[in-house]
Amino acid sequence: MMRGSAALALFITIFLVALSMTGYAVASTEATSAPAAVASSNVPWWVWPLVLFVVTFLMGIVAVLGGVGGGVLFVPIISGFFPFHLDFVRGAGLLVALAGALAAGPGLLKKNMADLRLALPVGVIASACAIVGAMIGLALPTNVVQTALGAAILGIVGIMMMAKKSVYPEVKKPDALSTALRINGIYYEMSSDHEVSWQIHRTPQGLATFIVIGVMAGMFGLGAGWANVPVLNLMMGAPLKVSVATSKFLLSITDTSAAWIYVNNGAVLPMMVVPSIIGIMLGSIVGVRILAKTKPAAVRYIVIVMLLFAGGRALMKGLGW
Amino acid sequence: MDKKIRATEEQLAYANILELGMKAGLLMLIVTFIIYLSGLLPAFVPVNDLPKYWSMPVKKYLAATHIHTGWSWLYLLGKGDFLNFAGIAFLAGVTILCYLRIIPIFFRKKDTIYGVLAITEVLILVLAASGVLKSGGH
Repeated sequence: MMRGSAALALFITIFLVALSMTGYAVASTEATSAPAAVASSNVPWWVWPLVLFVVTFLMGIVAVLGGVGGGVLFVPIISGFFPFHLDFVRGAGLLVALAGALAAGPGLLKKNMADLRLALPVGVIASACAIVGAMIGLALPTNVVQTALGAAILGIVGIMMMAKKSVYPEVKKPDALSTALRINGIYYEMSSDHEVSWQIHRTPQGLATFIVIGVMAGMFGLGAGWANVPVLNLMMGAPLKVSVATSKFLLSITDTSAAWIYVNNGAVLPMMVVPSIIGIMLGSIVGVRILAKTKPAAVRYIVIVMLLFAGGRALMKGLGW
Repeated sequence: MDKKIRATEEQLAYANILELGMKAGLLMLIVTFIIYLSGLLPAFVPVNDLPKYWSMPVKKYLAATHIHTGWSWLYLLGKGDFLNFAGIAFLAGVTILCYLRIIPIFFRKKDTIYGVLAITEVLILVLAASGVLKSGGH
């Protein structure tokens, strides 16, 4: 088992690094040329969508094994190593995250893992703020957004490395707002065969935090699971499983509003979006199957290193280094 | 005791619409993309020209291709590339349908706060989808 896990981790790393380097090499060549020269480059048009499909397929596997959303990997890696402009990458990133959330949502809701009463007030705030974020992102100069994206990705790496998780956070007394909204629930924990009752606290602080999360989700097209889960779990005190499931479902609301802004402003190219969505979804299916057999711990570290690399590159591109 | 704690009526109703919509949207996305790739319908932006445009900021791309923003893609559904927007828009609209389904359930259960929250969410999403909100541009 250990050998299999190590081999899988090694294979994924080598493949992703090789593809990234290929993309980097071609993108660098094209970036130095005028658009007309790009058109006359020797790379046929279909190569990029094909490579995009393969990379997003692998990304889907890595995202599941690394316990992160596809969106957070998609934007920094594709904008860093492919010739697509950041505007289109963010539009595609939102649609990739949205498609993943839409696909996961029904099952999570039916199993009562994702909670509609928890998601609904949070969704109102996050989706409204995601619109603002999307408009800011499309209005700001590319280098500013790229620099901010790099800083945000490095910040996310920090959160991933430092944030603790609490399976069943202790909520001694629910706050007045969550009591008024009746945000609480019970779910069945299969692993320990018992029912888990939960309630939340610090609701006003949590909702306020979703203002920032919504703006960032819309601005960078990252999805927002990396921020949703710590806030729902650590700040508001929802059990980890409820937080993860509600976060995934919440993306279908937050990313919908931001995605519309990108669609309506022309920042969506079907030739990028469709291969990405299909690639990442197929990769996620394969990832879930692999996860059922083995969970290579190294993959999470690979994800962190990849994000560090991609975040650093975005920062450097933004600063013109 | 039933070990599978059942989700609420509105949560199940939401999930059912979401499931149907997601499947229909993904199917539309795949079918329209196959039509696009096959060349069955001519593309508005020829695929060979795409590398010339996809590295441009969106404003330059729109100016260079003479594509209008908002819902103008509806007029171009006969073009292979713009046909894909049918699936994309459908997927982006599924959440609105889900909310519309649960609003009456909240009011029937006299859960007025959540009924109003759901209406607010629909208004936010419709505003985003309307095309009224234009970005400044770089």
